[in-house]
Amino acid sequence: MMQTTDAAPAMEAAVPATPGPLLDIEALSKSFGGVRALNDVSFCLGRGEILGLIGPNGSGKTTSFNVLTGLYRPDGGKVLFDGGNITGNAPQAVYRAGIARTFQRSRLCLELSIFDNIMVGNHARLNQGLIFNLFNRKAFRLEVESALEEATALAASFSPFLAERMFAPVGALPMIERRRIEICRALISRPKLLLLDEPSAGMTHEETHQLMDDILAVRDRQGGLSIIIIEHEMGVIERVSDSCVVLNYGEKIAEGSYQDVASDRQVQEAYLGSA
Amino acid sequence: MRAFILRLPPLAAAALAFGLGLVYAVVFMEQESDVAVISLVAFAAVAAFAAGRIGLIRRASLAAGTHPGAVAAMGGCMALALIAVFAEDHFPLLMLATVMLYATAALGLNVQFGYTGVVNFAGAAFFGIGAYTSAELIGKSVLPPVLVLPLGGLIAAVIGLVLVFPVVRTRGHYAAVVTIAFSVLFKTFLEVNDTLGGPQGQSVGPVTLPGWSFADGPVVFGVETSFYLNYALAALLVLGLAFVMVRRLERSWIGLALDAVRLDETASACYGIPIRRAKILAFVAGNLIIGVAGALYGSMLGYVAPTSFTFSDSLILVAIVLLGGMGSPWGTILAAAIVVILPEKLQAIQEYRFLLFSVVVMAILLFRPEGLLPRAVRRYLPVPQNEEAA
Repeated sequence: MMQTTDAAPAMEAAVPATPGPLLDIEALSKSFGGVRALNDVSFCLGRGEILGLIGPNGSGKTTSFNVLTGLYRPDGGKVLFDGGNITGNAPQAVYRAGIARTFQRSRLCLELSIFDNIMVGNHARLNQGLIFNLFNRKAFRLEVESALEEATALAASFSPFLAERMFAPVGALPMIERRRIEICRALISRPKLLLLDEPSAGMTHEETHQLMDDILAVRDRQGGLSIIIIEHEMGVIERVSDSCVVLNYGEKIAEGSYQDVASDRQVQEAYLGSA
Repeated sequence: MRAFILRLPPLAAAALAFGLGLVYAVVFMEQESDVAVISLVAFAAVAAFAAGRIGLIRRASLAAGTHPGAVAAMGGCMALALIAVFAEDHFPLLMLATVMLYATAALGLNVQFGYTGVVNFAGAAFFGIGAYTSAELIGKSVLPPVLVLPLGGLIAAVIGLVLVFPVVRTRGHYAAVVTIAFSVLFKTFLEVNDTLGGPQGQSVGPVTLPGWSFADGPVVFGVETSFYLNYALAALLVLGLAFVMVRRLERSWIGLALDAVRLDETASACYGIPIRRAKILAFVAGNLIIGVAGALYGSMLGYVAPTSFTFSDSLILVAIVLLGGMGSPWGTILAAAIVVILPEKLQAIQEYRFLLFSVVVMAILLFRPEGLLPRAVRRYLPVPQNEEAA
């Protein structure tokens, strides 16, 4: 059921259920045939923190997202999230635990409307009962109305353009609006952890910065939201991240603040090649 | 003309479209000669094109968004009027009822294929399971025949569960092959099974209600009508029910989840949608609808035989869904009318109808993949009046 909140997107401050880090990844490994995509990777993420996950192409960044969200089953290691062990859980269970993600290549349903796409992300909070959906149309009507109000308010916080055309098909929109919809889809369920896989892909420098501003604004309203962001644009990482983890060939080669890792010799070698 | 149409309230435009459709249908059904039928088909193609150009179709489909109930009622009235016009004639009524039952079955297929992307090339087999349920139970068991109809759907859904595992576990071509195999096996099974009548099939009793047998034409205002009138009305009722349920399903969170599963399984999984459960639900619900239509169809024909439920007939059902537009219930009904009536009226193409349908399906996939009446963007609730122009 939808929670009947008064002001639509007024996000409640998440109260930590258990002390300690929100996400604790221990010695995660994943191989594809002979390729070790992830090798013994460990890192932690505190509540409300933003972590930049960086590294050259093919270093295992997206693979780690895919393992985290249950699309891939890890060969070894543990994923502890919010006090529970979610290692190897199905994607559906990971989402229910409070992790939502975006994809490197936009994965929206292009022929569906903006509202539909955002509501896909709201699956856990919408009443999926067969009787409710087919026969209790009055109650369903109320749920649609409050969901529409909430989704419109969320979309408006990114772009009034979107909020004005909630029933337009997504396929006709420019790239930046699609990205915004993807992020709305991830945020609508009020996750504890948001995984952003290269939000700047296919966008201009300007658009990327605008998008990051919007995300930070949402995070400020939704106290306690933690974010892991994969990004090639170092300006973005420098601006938003509290800490960074650098991967190379599936191994963690550095960790710390952006300044620390940027001046790390190993990291520079990984990016520029050992001279 | 265009200006006049654009000033017409959408509801009036819809009424105009249905009225023109009704007149055309009456004229069409009365033609006997091939030349007249072919000219009328050509006329319909031109008229549909013109209606598109002057904006009548757009205007009328707006009404389907703002007043879905009223538009559905108009459709029902049009069908009732057609039935009334031909109340004394066996053949047109049989055709109308067949159209409505094929449309119902295609609506079931739409849930599986159009919404969820679960291919089913065994539609005719599930239709046949419904028909054979009627054959075995109407008049031969203590069950009242009216109860046999939903039971036909239930049995089709339960037998469909045999296929659920392979259909849900495989994708694309593999699921198609599984259902094709089932379709072929089903016909062979009927042919070698003597208790079900073997290759000759068996007769089916009429549907009866207390004090009312569908085998006799009711006398209305002193006019003795065809007994098919009963079946045409029952078919309209079944189609109406299926239409309302399918629409509600589409305009619900479940319908959204089914669409998401069809369009992107990975993203759906990452947003908590239970993919297997969605596919099973669609497959079972679709077979249920197909089975009910089949049960009434069997009783209406009074006879079932394995040759009526072949793989080719399954392809016809798929062709109806593709021709009408995937996920478009109105399109499905229109396509069912075209696909069922045209070969009956045009004896010349009867022999070649499978060839013709394959050409039509290929043409549709190439030139108009969204179908004759493309599906509209989902609106969960009737569209507010002031938004209609947008």
